[in-house]
Amino acid sequence: MRIVVVGAGPAGMAAARTAADAGAEVTMVDAEPDAGGQFLRGRAKFSHAGVTHLRNTEVWLVEGQSLHLRAPEPRLAAGAAPRLLPFDALVIATGAYDRPLPFPGWDGPGVITAGAAQALAKQGVTLAERVIVAGTGPFLLPVATALQDLGATLVGVYEASSPTRWLRERKAILANRHKIAELVGYRKVLTHLETRTAVIAKHGSRVTVAKLDRRWNPVSHRTEHADLVCIGYGFLPRTDLVPSAKRTNDFLDVDERQQTSVENVYAAGEVTGIGGADLAEAEGVIAGAAAAQQEPPREALEAVREGRLFAQALARAHAVQPGWKTWLNAGTTVCRCEKVTLEDLAEATSMRELKLTSRVAMGRCQGRICARNASELTGIPFDGQRRVIAVPIPLGELADLPEEQS
Amino acid sequence: MHPDVVVVGAGIIGAACAQALVARGLDVVVVDRCGPASGTSSAGEGNVLVSDKEPGPELELAVASRELWPSLAEDCEWEEKGGLVVATTADAAEPLRAFAAKQRAAGIDACELTAAEALAHEPHLNPEITAAVHYLQDAQLNPVKATRALLRGIKVINAGVSTTDGRSVTTSTGVISCGAVVNATGPWARHFGVNVLPRRGVVLVTTPIPGRIRHKVYDADYVGAVASGDADLQTSGVVESTQAGTVLIGSSRQRGGFDDTIESKVLKALARKAIALFPMLTDVPVMRAYGGFRPYAPDHLPIIGEDPRTPGLWHATGHEGAGVGLAPATGRLLAELLTGAAPHVDPHPFRVDRPEVMV
Repeated sequence: MRIVVVGAGPAGMAAARTAADAGAEVTMVDAEPDAGGQFLRGRAKFSHAGVTHLRNTEVWLVEGQSLHLRAPEPRLAAGAAPRLLPFDALVIATGAYDRPLPFPGWDGPGVITAGAAQALAKQGVTLAERVIVAGTGPFLLPVATALQDLGATLVGVYEASSPTRWLRERKAILANRHKIAELVGYRKVLTHLETRTAVIAKHGSRVTVAKLDRRWNPVSHRTEHADLVCIGYGFLPRTDLVPSAKRTNDFLDVDERQQTSVENVYAAGEVTGIGGADLAEAEGVIAGAAAAQQEPPREALEAVREGRLFAQALARAHAVQPGWKTWLNAGTTVCRCEKVTLEDLAEATSMRELKLTSRVAMGRCQGRICARNASELTGIPFDGQRRVIAVPIPLGELADLPEEQS
Repeated sequence: MHPDVVVVGAGIIGAACAQALVARGLDVVVVDRCGPASGTSSAGEGNVLVSDKEPGPELELAVASRELWPSLAEDCEWEEKGGLVVATTADAAEPLRAFAAKQRAAGIDACELTAAEALAHEPHLNPEITAAVHYLQDAQLNPVKATRALLRGIKVINAGVSTTDGRSVTTSTGVISCGAVVNATGPWARHFGVNVLPRRGVVLVTTPIPGRIRHKVYDADYVGAVASGDADLQTSGVVESTQAGTVLIGSSRQRGGFDDTIESKVLKALARKAIALFPMLTDVPVMRAYGGFRPYAPDHLPIIGEDPRTPGLWHATGHEGAGVGLAPATGRLLAELLTGAAPHVDPHPFRVDRPEVMV
């Protein structure tokens, strides 16, 4: 039984371990040099005799029962890493990336996603003296903490939603008390936290900070000075490898055994919904067991049930509200790759038509950053993104592809 | 609502038919299940070519279309970039020259170039080419913008069509009675009684490298691949850039229904053939691949005319990969036939009553 796990974050590591413990032959593939994923970048110590960990390796296509692999930096790749990896079962644990919301100046220097800031902070890099973290969701707190620990001056942590929304989520909170305890770890930055607040413009180091109403329409604003603004308005899942799998709101649909709508393809972690590392890990355990055709452990099923209550509450309390669309003006960039502004978004009836008439989402990022925002700005239904090539790949590499094994 | 004509399909052919009918004073409604240019029209490269057609009825239609396009393609990224067809083997050189000579005799601007002249036109072209012909009339446009331009001012209803008897269409939102119906559903046209099959094609798109590739450049074996009736995979090197600086790489042809899986063997074959034409592409990243279905008629000719079995039902389909290039003259011819005007090209070769078309 050959099981391949794509992604080495909390979900992927748990899936790989569980499947290997069940006796399967497991390969865990990840683009980074070390296991841990976005959450535990570099801090995880993964080692399991039954798991082959392919580092610095990207999966760019799933074709039938095989994965196509590539080394983005060939000098880092393990000597004889395969380019075609067959599997009997596949676990997608590719996680999610931050969603930025555009505002005047977001495409200029000094604006990055919160996830990018955290990744840099984990490498010990500080980018600036005066820093703002803005967006929505509890993820902002560890980002702000990491930046502060590196000596940055925290100007503010701006949460666009109101914390009172959580008062309606008693059931989710009771089932996940440990999540509240986690907040204590972020007490140093909590004093900088302002809710119903957002960055709505940045010109040089002058940052316009607005107080928002319930629907995120600005009601007043002031000027702050910051060198770096880190933004994160929730997450978008990385689902490119399984374009035909069923999705809801772009997250992969899974059954109680973490199986997607595609046979022998399982998914775990943030690709199925945003709920934090412990939920991701529990889902990984279930996916790993199910992929190895074993009964998933009861504790993991229970942890997923409770974790999902929290995930659903999180999605409700930190849902992006439509008022953000008023932060832009006609000339504000929506798509950075193709320099498409709000006024360039022509009238269209489908995302495909919108892309081909305005070139939004047609550039290097292939809409990963802007497609969702363009959909909401125009009111055209978001059709999900079907990208058959998951990462850019030089033509020479395609020309040199191994022949498919039957 | 009782329009003179209901056009089923809002692709480039349906849009051209609707535009030509409206220009003759008819009241037209277009019905499409997904909206303008949502199928084959937006899955190609937007080419308006005369270079790939041998003298005959299709070339005549292409030349007529090429003359009409500039006045219709307002704000559609219209570019008279010219085509450069090259032979890459010693054996292919003579057939390419002979093909071009026949086209010249039919009035096409086909200039034979030496390898050095071809390289002056396309500095990054593989210098190993054995023959080259420059086609000045070949052009390109943005097919989605062109479809929208043709449909300007025409009502488009978003609905699927289940049946038609030539005097009404039954849509997912109700029945529309009308004077006539035009089946412009491209590769899905078989549903309305003509033998059109989907022929799969895949295009690779690179990251932008503006200014590096100037013409539509393709291998002379492309003409043979188009004319083939083989169901198995056929590929030919076809390379050109868009106004955004990206490079589009085709072409593949495969018949196997509406299966839209992208296969690595197709990506590989396309990449090899593109690099054979432009070795510098080796290090250029591909960021996207997309596929579509060409409406393939087994005898390789478009179907334009009234269905003898169902009076009132007209067909405009079967243009395979040349729909954008053939659209304006197709629309005009259909409108002429439907209104009883004198046709500007001979309609006989495109008639519905052909042995391989009636099913």
